[in-house]
Amino acid sequence: MIFRLENIKYKGILNIDDLQIPAYMVTCLTGESGAGKTSLLRLLNRMDDPDSGLIYYQDQLLDEFNPIELRRKVTMLSQAPFTLPGTIEENLQIGLELTEREKKDKEELVKALETVQLQKSLDESAENLSGGEKQRLALARLLLLNSEVYLLDEPTSALDEEAELKVMGRFLEKVKREKGTVIMITHSKQLADMCAEERIVLKKAKESDY
Amino acid sequence: MESNGIIDIEFWRLCAAYLFVVILLIIVKWRGITREKQIMLATVRMTVQLILAGYVLTYIFENPHPLLSLGFLCAMALFSIHNIFKQVSHTLNKKIKRMVILSMLSGPMAALFYFNVVVIHFTPWYEPRYFIPIAGMIVGNAMTGVTLALKNLHDGISGNREKVEAMLMLGATPAKAVKKYVDAAFDSAVLPTLNNMLGMGIIFLPGMMTGQIMSGISPLIAIEYQIAILIGILGSVSITVVLFIMLSFRAFFTKNAQLSI
Repeated sequence: MIFRLENIKYKGILNIDDLQIPAYMVTCLTGESGAGKTSLLRLLNRMDDPDSGLIYYQDQLLDEFNPIELRRKVTMLSQAPFTLPGTIEENLQIGLELTEREKKDKEELVKALETVQLQKSLDESAENLSGGEKQRLALARLLLLNSEVYLLDEPTSALDEEAELKVMGRFLEKVKREKGTVIMITHSKQLADMCAEERIVLKKAKESDY
Repeated sequence: MESNGIIDIEFWRLCAAYLFVVILLIIVKWRGITREKQIMLATVRMTVQLILAGYVLTYIFENPHPLLSLGFLCAMALFSIHNIFKQVSHTLNKKIKRMVILSMLSGPMAALFYFNVVVIHFTPWYEPRYFIPIAGMIVGNAMTGVTLALKNLHDGISGNREKVEAMLMLGATPAKAVKKYVDAAFDSAVLPTLNNMLGMGIIFLPGMMTGQIMSGISPLIAIEYQIAILIGILGSVSITVVLFIMLSFRAFFTKNAQLSI
């Protein structure tokens, strides 16, 4: 188990007695809106802290990690991925730059673009990309970070069904080859059916739970 | 009536200047703009504050003392800090307030003492005729700079919350995630001073220089002072703003590198 959660309470949104998330697998996180899916990922990424309860990452308490170091291992892709003014290449390198790692050579950047099926050249401007293309660019940027765990918050919401399955299929294949773990929020039943090895369904917390 | 080479404006002539205020009042009344109260308040406050300043400065000039000069400087610094807090509409957290105080108490002071001791080089160091007007310009401009920096830093970070958080989620340090907004805040704070320097001598003659020229001092000496003070102001603004920004951007984050606004 890569994550273990015990008696987690968070802002009346989450109330989790016991939850274990396996390593090296794709876990899909589903549930109605307002059930706290994003909140759960943010707790794992240490963007928020629970009101009470314990979270372990590889048998070590989350609090014991430096939050920035932790995020470099357990990396989250925001629901609203960002693009910066500049070329696609710059937008790919920025992930490495922000996390204080060596830049990668163009060959690897092109490979990452291929994985997410973004057929664009590196020196094209990133700002003219469509919503779906920007999402794929963000996925490619994430791949280059070689994290241990990827927390994906609706990574393909702007893609059509066909593209969604193709892109995520290749993305997850690549991550699994590198012994990565994925925890993914998705609203797409097809996507969940295709790739989920483990599922977590969150229900809206009731008043009486608190 | 002439004294020290400059005309002493006769009392009734000074009163005649208020005709401009009367004209303004008539205009707003006629246009139906409800600003009479503010115009009156501004006029009265300006008059009373300047009369008081006139007497206080006369007293200090006649009785120069290091404590009096320093006291005046302290009062200016405190007033400017108060002004910064008042001008920023959103609520400031305690950490940020502390950083405003710290940077306003150190940046302008460092610039001021360097300027007085090395550039103008007057003795004694507390000579109020030099010390007080120069302090006013150095502190006042630093105040404007910090106000702009604070506003822009806050707006930049809170307006780009999602972007900043998306970067943090990847494992960016807070410093890297907000670098763009920190740089923009610095830029916005220094820009007015730079623009002022660009127009200097052509678009307008600054107050200090105008005053010196009218009191009979050669324009060539007046520009010496003006050049020196402009560079001094630039230095004071830059040092204070850099200090403030470097100290305060962290206040937008918790100790766990989470955004806290």
